[in-house]
Amino acid sequence: MGKATREAYGNALARIGKENTNIIVLDADLSKSTKTDTFKNVCPERFFNVGIAEQNLISVGAGLAAAGKIPFVSSFAMFATGRAFEQIRNAVCYPKLNVKVCATHAGITVGEDGATHQSLEDISCMRTLPNMTVVVPADEREAEAVVEWAASYEGPVYVRLGRAGVDDVTAEGYTFKPGKATTLVDGSDVTIIACGALVGPAVEAAKVLSESNVSARVINMASIKPIDAEAIVKAAVETGAIVTAEEHNIIGGLGSAVSEVVVANKPVPMEFVGVQDTFGESGTPKELMAKYGLTAKDIVEAVKRVITRK
Amino acid sequence: MATLTQDVKQLVQEKAKAIRVSIVQSVTAAKSGHPGGSLSIADVMALLYYVEMNVDPANPKAPNRDRFVLSKGHAAPALYATLAEKGYFPKEELLNLRKIDHMLQGHPDMKHTPGVDMSTGSLGQGISAACGMALAGKIDNADYRVYSILGDGELEEGQVWEAAMFAGHYKLNNLTAFVDFNGLQIDGDITKVLSPLPIPEKFKAFNWNVIEVNGHDIDELHNAIEAAKAFTEGPTCIVMHTVKGKGVEEMEGQAGWHGKAPSAEQGVAFVNEIMGVQ
Repeated sequence: MGKATREAYGNALARIGKENTNIIVLDADLSKSTKTDTFKNVCPERFFNVGIAEQNLISVGAGLAAAGKIPFVSSFAMFATGRAFEQIRNAVCYPKLNVKVCATHAGITVGEDGATHQSLEDISCMRTLPNMTVVVPADEREAEAVVEWAASYEGPVYVRLGRAGVDDVTAEGYTFKPGKATTLVDGSDVTIIACGALVGPAVEAAKVLSESNVSARVINMASIKPIDAEAIVKAAVETGAIVTAEEHNIIGGLGSAVSEVVVANKPVPMEFVGVQDTFGESGTPKELMAKYGLTAKDIVEAVKRVITRK
Repeated sequence: MATLTQDVKQLVQEKAKAIRVSIVQSVTAAKSGHPGGSLSIADVMALLYYVEMNVDPANPKAPNRDRFVLSKGHAAPALYATLAEKGYFPKEELLNLRKIDHMLQGHPDMKHTPGVDMSTGSLGQGISAACGMALAGKIDNADYRVYSILGDGELEEGQVWEAAMFAGHYKLNNLTAFVDFNGLQIDGDITKVLSPLPIPEKFKAFNWNVIEVNGHDIDELHNAIEAAKAFTEGPTCIVMHTVKGKGVEEMEGQAGWHGKAPSAEQGVAFVNEIMGVQ
């Protein structure tokens, strides 16, 4: 198991923040958890705690951006995108301001804190906003690359980061490009399109499937918006069936984004691995992933189902 | 503290009158909009843009300019009238307020209207953005100042107090907020809807410098703004006692004119009244 993407976020911020003095980091009393304290330790003069006030967090970020700064604003995904949704919509996306909303503790792997803290709708909420770019890094290397890219891009970005450690899946020398997916495993019978914490299990599922002679392609779709429509259509044409996998409600997230491309271009059977429109509960991340159907085994079963529908 | 000369004061009063005329004309032409709370801030708008703020209509994005955030974004007609009067865009554009394919949106849009420093309209957010701009000025050691106008009803938004706490904590003395204390919101008297009173004491409790003025008295407003500039310990809140609909007798003190446009006939009569034509 590799590092959590939030760790990579803190490290990347500290690294690029030292050189780029336009970067300002804001946090809402969670800097030790979101890892913005890593930045704070090296650039204390450009770190500001707004206290437990997420609405102000986002709008202050908008003001900083309007004055030419590059604000990275952080909290848990639940509060950043849930409580401050309208601030992100009206103060950041509408005027297309250069604010980077980097939210951690997304998904069910928040674990023991329970349902109030497990954001399962943030991808859906963020990708519905015009001008917003939505990215879900799968591992440490990708998270660092995404943060680096976000600092260089002019416009609103949502980066979804996790609390728990994840498998390392990206190759050395990886660079992030918005709208570009990465094929991790090639295959011809079915394509598994995953993001975030489900990319590791997707690769594992492909291995299991190969033992029963099912050739599964695995695509890491970190860039949810813009999405790599070309890779999706190619997968539909070449493999004839798609399974999506995400640590998110099956409504509105990666699965929905992929299916929008599929039905408009090349309809093929699809299955959706994700939280089945329900709230989570307290438990260890591992227990929760198993109970809510987010494991390699669940992906394998979804693949078997989708293949029978080809 | 420099007091205003008679000439400058007269100029501001004339500009305030011109702004009031444009407010009535633009809202009448639009057949919708918010005249009451626009008319109540016409005096401070004229003073800010003609005396207090370092701005240049020819260079609306100058990095060292003073910033203005209309947190009570529904008073957009007052902002647009001021910007047009000042020369940011032609005054004829005011008659296209709220019309499709034109730049003057129902609420301020920084992307399409020259001189608008922040998109606002959803209450409570503008003051936070103003805090962000003031913070950026502090980080850069820049000498620009940030001004923002809040509605008194807007103070019911919790985010205002998040921002107030933030500005007080970080001692943003380059930030001056005005409260347009006209006592009325859409559903009526602010003390009956949900009282935000007492206003000065609340800002004081959040470590702001607070000054109360008659919001239609140019000298009092000017002295308060000068005092805010001189205050180094933190942000200043200028509580302006105003009359909603100021300048048009039929509208004055009437909540019903918060978000209602005059008819074409009323529009002409109101403009004549403001201009003093019998």
